[in-house]
Amino acid sequence: MKNSASKAIITIVSMLTASAAWAQGTTGDSGGSSIVLYSLISVAVLVFFFIVVQVSDSLLVIESKQSGAAASGANFSLFPSWKELFAPRLPEYLQHKPMTILKRGHDILLVGEAAKVVDTGITAKTYAVQPVNFIGISPIPKMLVEEGAEVKAGDPLFQDKIRPEIQWVSPVSGEVIAINRGEKRAITSVVILADKEMKYRKLSSFDLEGGTREELVTYLLDAGAWPLIRQRPFDVMADTDEAPRDIFISTFDTAPLAPDLSFVVEGKEEAFQKGLDVLGKLTTGKVHLGLDGRGKQAPSKAFTEAKGVELHYFHGQHPVGNVGIQIHHTKPIGAGDKVWTLGVQEVIMLGRLFTEGRYNAERIIAVTGAELKEPKYVHTYMGAKVGDLIDGNLSNDHVRLISGDVLSGAKKTAEDFLDFHDDQLTVVEEGDDLTVFGWLLPSLNTPSISKTFPSAFLPKIKFRAETNTHGEKRAFVVTGTYEKVLPMDIHPQDLFKSILVGDFERMEGLGIYELIEEDVALCEFVCVSKQPIQHILREGLDMMREQS
Amino acid sequence: MKKALLKFFERIEPDKKKSPFLHTLYDGFFTFAFTPGTVTKGGVHIRDGMDLKRQMVHVVFALLLLYLFGMYNVGHQHFVALGQYPAFLSGFHLKLIYGIILMLPIFVVTHVVGLGIEFYYAYKKGHGIEEGFLVSGALIPLIMPPDIPLWILALSVAFAVWIGKEAFGGTGMNVLNIALLARVFVFFAYPTYISGDEVWVAGLEKIAAGAPAHYGWIHLSVFNPIFESFGWAIYDPAATVVDGYSGATPLSLAFHSGWEAVTSHYTPAQMWWGAIPGSVGETSKPLIIIGALFLILTNIADWRIMVSMLGGAAVMAMLYNGWGATEFMNVPWYYQFYMGSFWFAMAFMATDPVTATSTGTGKYIYGFLIGAVGMIIRVLNPAYPEGWMLAILFMNVFAPLIDHYVLQANMNRRMKRAKASA
Repeated sequence: MKNSASKAIITIVSMLTASAAWAQGTTGDSGGSSIVLYSLISVAVLVFFFIVVQVSDSLLVIESKQSGAAASGANFSLFPSWKELFAPRLPEYLQHKPMTILKRGHDILLVGEAAKVVDTGITAKTYAVQPVNFIGISPIPKMLVEEGAEVKAGDPLFQDKIRPEIQWVSPVSGEVIAINRGEKRAITSVVILADKEMKYRKLSSFDLEGGTREELVTYLLDAGAWPLIRQRPFDVMADTDEAPRDIFISTFDTAPLAPDLSFVVEGKEEAFQKGLDVLGKLTTGKVHLGLDGRGKQAPSKAFTEAKGVELHYFHGQHPVGNVGIQIHHTKPIGAGDKVWTLGVQEVIMLGRLFTEGRYNAERIIAVTGAELKEPKYVHTYMGAKVGDLIDGNLSNDHVRLISGDVLSGAKKTAEDFLDFHDDQLTVVEEGDDLTVFGWLLPSLNTPSISKTFPSAFLPKIKFRAETNTHGEKRAFVVTGTYEKVLPMDIHPQDLFKSILVGDFERMEGLGIYELIEEDVALCEFVCVSKQPIQHILREGLDMMREQS
Repeated sequence: MKKALLKFFERIEPDKKKSPFLHTLYDGFFTFAFTPGTVTKGGVHIRDGMDLKRQMVHVVFALLLLYLFGMYNVGHQHFVALGQYPAFLSGFHLKLIYGIILMLPIFVVTHVVGLGIEFYYAYKKGHGIEEGFLVSGALIPLIMPPDIPLWILALSVAFAVWIGKEAFGGTGMNVLNIALLARVFVFFAYPTYISGDEVWVAGLEKIAAGAPAHYGWIHLSVFNPIFESFGWAIYDPAATVVDGYSGATPLSLAFHSGWEAVTSHYTPAQMWWGAIPGSVGETSKPLIIIGALFLILTNIADWRIMVSMLGGAAVMAMLYNGWGATEFMNVPWYYQFYMGSFWFAMAFMATDPVTATSTGTGKYIYGFLIGAVGMIIRVLNPAYPEGWMLAILFMNVFAPLIDHYVLQANMNRRMKRAKASA
């Protein structure tokens, strides 16, 4: 219908053009007028043909979109696209791949990237499982062991009181030496002194092909693998009785000094693929893998050649590697949706249950930061003691230890333990020093997105960041800065304001379900008013969770 | 240096319990001299170097050139009216000193009143002194006529800060632009001091041939002897306004008799470069544009508001050209940008982040409407031939509504997606 209308319009327009030209041509009496006439006619003809070609070309593109052929990323138009002409040539591995390019975001470049060697000589003596790492469980779980008990790696330590089927197991074998309690007798950590030689609880084998989903869930719960899975919205413990809409895994981390997951996965490709197979069975939808499309080199084959999953390449700056951003650009979370997310090392652990028949909590931790003599990767187990990992490696003792990255990690002391999901330990200097006219100086060592610092003109510069707030807390004044670092169709400032006033409808409408702390961490970093954005978001998430 | 300064601050620190007001003051100056050593707790561990002080002070930097030019131009206009030193740079020392003597009290009064109220509320509410007035206080002297009586200025600043800001909860909470609120207060309460042809040239009894110039003791007894000792020209207390001089601004000329009348008084180049009577900071377009570019390049002001405001004003002016009912409408649309305070309003007033729209799309709409509404007021309003102050305040009130619809669109989009997938 539309098509025929546009054709009719084109015909009429071209006729009018021609007749107008004709009228001009006949009234004129010099020889020049016929040249004008012919050139006008030829232009009209050219325009006519151009329009015909253009219309049919757009129809072709629409058709390819409707049939789903365009999803492969190929260009179905007759003309080369703008990107093809002017964008830098894509490296070989990205040709004709579905690719999302995000313009907004910011990479914070810090000194102290981990050297690409895995140190296996460092062994932490104690390890801990910390119930406080999990949201959506009862704060006082039911203990299954007592202090002094001997456990094997994979033996249950405690279970949730609300959903007793969920249990946590020991990452290592050894003796339970402490059960620490915090406020209101909530258990903060269960500490295990590790054996020199690991002993594992042997798991019964499971037939992945033949077994049903229910049997698989029961098997994973028993093996203690359930806490590996995180559920969105709210970033909580996954439901055991409901299958997620989809499962998302980001295979690259863009946070400051984050570990290179292609390097981490080396030698564990088989376990990773097995983990993906297991996840494929757990969801009614698909398993989506977010891949790094930023570099010249392709990511690890474990990712690019993963089977049974859907691959999506992403290009951009941090937080493009965050799974939340990738979900938003793949299949956003709406009200009522539940999706699961896992880290790469968690997928590997899941796979090892089946390839090795045991709960193997080995992982590779990137020990990073400018205040270390030697930033490197360390081979250890989940929940290792922080002090043991950096023993003798500090070049400065006025430092902050962070489990995770500098944006969304948790502050730790040397006596504390790495958090459950973290695969990074960052050490930065404490910046509790006064600076004379600090708000005015053009400092070169202050990471910022602002162009009022000279570092904005040195894009490759790396900073020795410290923990100073660089200013005091103020009311929301400036607008538009959060949007610059949050590549999502979300109005962050208005969302945060709606959380502060407790407006549920607006929070939901403005997309609170699509966010967790790590996604807005950069907003907090750039905040001119020094507001505690991640804390505000978590309050909002808690409010929404209580409502539902 | 740093240690000595710290020691000095330690010595003068007042007791927090005994004199809380003094301690608030002290805290304000301390955080001005030192970025405090506070570290992050929870959340992010490192923070961007940008804070509100830095943000605000860069706006003040963008205004510095305007201050220099504005002060000089105040002196220049004074002497043009007297028929002395008609070339822009002749009588340089006289013009500069004249401007400084005039502007310094305005600047001081603005800050004493504004900061006084700000400090008092900071003390009363027990929070640190916020930086909002840093910019408002720098803007207000630039948008006042040079001869504004100081008590009116003080009253207007007090009104703006008290009713406009503190009543709404302080920095970041105000609905209306503080600087413009101060100006609009003068405009409605004391209209004879801020409109008409008489007020834009300083230091004259009145604008009529033969009216004497007015100099204070500081000109005659302090600076005249100094200039004399150097052998330079001095202020002449016997000078009078020359024949045929009118202090009319281009806008009022254009309103009454069109572009012809404007060009008979001022050349377009003169208007563009700013050697014309007007509010202190608004006359020099190139310097304002430099300031605006500085703000855009440092990402402090939003280019979207500026560009769409320019668009809105241009479209409206073209429509008037097409309509052509009055002399003013027939002024070529591009010459509208040579007159009045459009550029200043665009660069420094419309872009105030607190009172503008907060959403990206909203900023385009907001800017465009300011441009259009401001041009309507300028051309059609018979009482006052300039529209930006009123247009911006008007759109300040509508900014939340624009944002509401932009956010609603976002919410609807999300809802639709949820329905489609369900």
